[in-house]
Amino acid sequence: MDITRRRLLILLPAAAVAWKYVLAGTPEAAPNYHMSEHWWAMLIDIPKCIGCGSCVRACQLENHVPDGYFRTWVERYHVDDWQMEYPKVDSPDGGKEGFPASKETGGKNFFVPKLCNHCADSPCTQVCPVGATFITPDGVVLVDQSYCLGCRYCIQACPYGCRFLNPETKTANKCTLCYHRITKGLTTACCEVCPTGARQLANLKDPNDPIHEFLKTHSVQVLKPYMATGAKCFYAGLDGSVR
Amino acid sequence: MKNFKDAAHLFRLAAVFLVGFVVFLVVRSFLVPRSFGRYGHYRANAIAEIAALPISYAGHQACTDCHSDIVEVKSKGVHKGVACESCHGPEAAHVQDPGSVIPAKLDTSLLCPRCHEVNIAKPKGFPQVETAEHSGGAACNTCHQPHSPAIGTGGN
Repeated sequence: MDITRRRLLILLPAAAVAWKYVLAGTPEAAPNYHMSEHWWAMLIDIPKCIGCGSCVRACQLENHVPDGYFRTWVERYHVDDWQMEYPKVDSPDGGKEGFPASKETGGKNFFVPKLCNHCADSPCTQVCPVGATFITPDGVVLVDQSYCLGCRYCIQACPYGCRFLNPETKTANKCTLCYHRITKGLTTACCEVCPTGARQLANLKDPNDPIHEFLKTHSVQVLKPYMATGAKCFYAGLDGSVR
Repeated sequence: MKNFKDAAHLFRLAAVFLVGFVVFLVVRSFLVPRSFGRYGHYRANAIAEIAALPISYAGHQACTDCHSDIVEVKSKGVHKGVACESCHGPEAAHVQDPGSVIPAKLDTSLLCPRCHEVNIAKPKGFPQVETAEHSGGAACNTCHQPHSPAIGTGGN
């Protein structure tokens, strides 16, 4: 085929468009998933949590979290009626192997599962000097592992202590809300294994998501609302002593 | 034009700045990833890279596809809300290759107490036992069938 001037002029814009995609190298992981149809959140029903630690174990297996570090963990609270401001909190190995029998008797005792709140106005993404952490258009706060410098600024900025420096990669690491699962139509690993349904993944943009009925009929709270982070982990039955 | 009589050095300086600016633009175009800034101040391709990570937990639907008989038994007992992988662990490898990846048998004397051992912080209505006095160390599945644990329901 001879390349005439006419053919070349027709081919050039097409090649330019194709080259743009070659350079961008868009890896299409989930062709049926549209970010604009989702706004992810999590519902945590504290009265249902039995502190079995299944979520912590599942998270570590699913996301290859190093030992001693946690993307999610469970805390046990003991609150005496007369000093609500000073709860006793323990979380042996993040609650990964459950909790030993408590030394405390009486008072109020309960478990609080914690994870990244995937804040809509997250402090951690605002402080990143290189744009390595960000909130996706569907509301999940992620870390770009190939872009992170490991400066730890975001770890200090998170008011919930949800970030850590991965000792293997030397980059910031945190809960991804199992982004590799929820974009494939699965739920997160922690919600998958929770035996009592204390944790539930929710898509706030889906009008048929059961979270809307739950939010209408229950009192829910987020952690540290005075930080105005726009946290999206909604806790039902949250005690005022929880920090 | 009297004022610009000896301005040649200014034009040379401007030329140096211009060259520097062009070098900056060229270097920047090589260093900044193409997808940077598509959605915000970050590399948009990182989203797809994270989404493409492999899964370990296959999800309850994958279990139902093959083991519908056990899921049927489970759906009639108190463990109906408990996902298979909650006890059996991550089985995505087994779903991929059911012939050669065989899930390990579970030790109920270790597994069941994780949820059912007495703890003061557990919800009051949740069934809890002191395993030491309840079974004296015997495996839980001596009496209870884990998929439908009430005594005498004949699950497996």
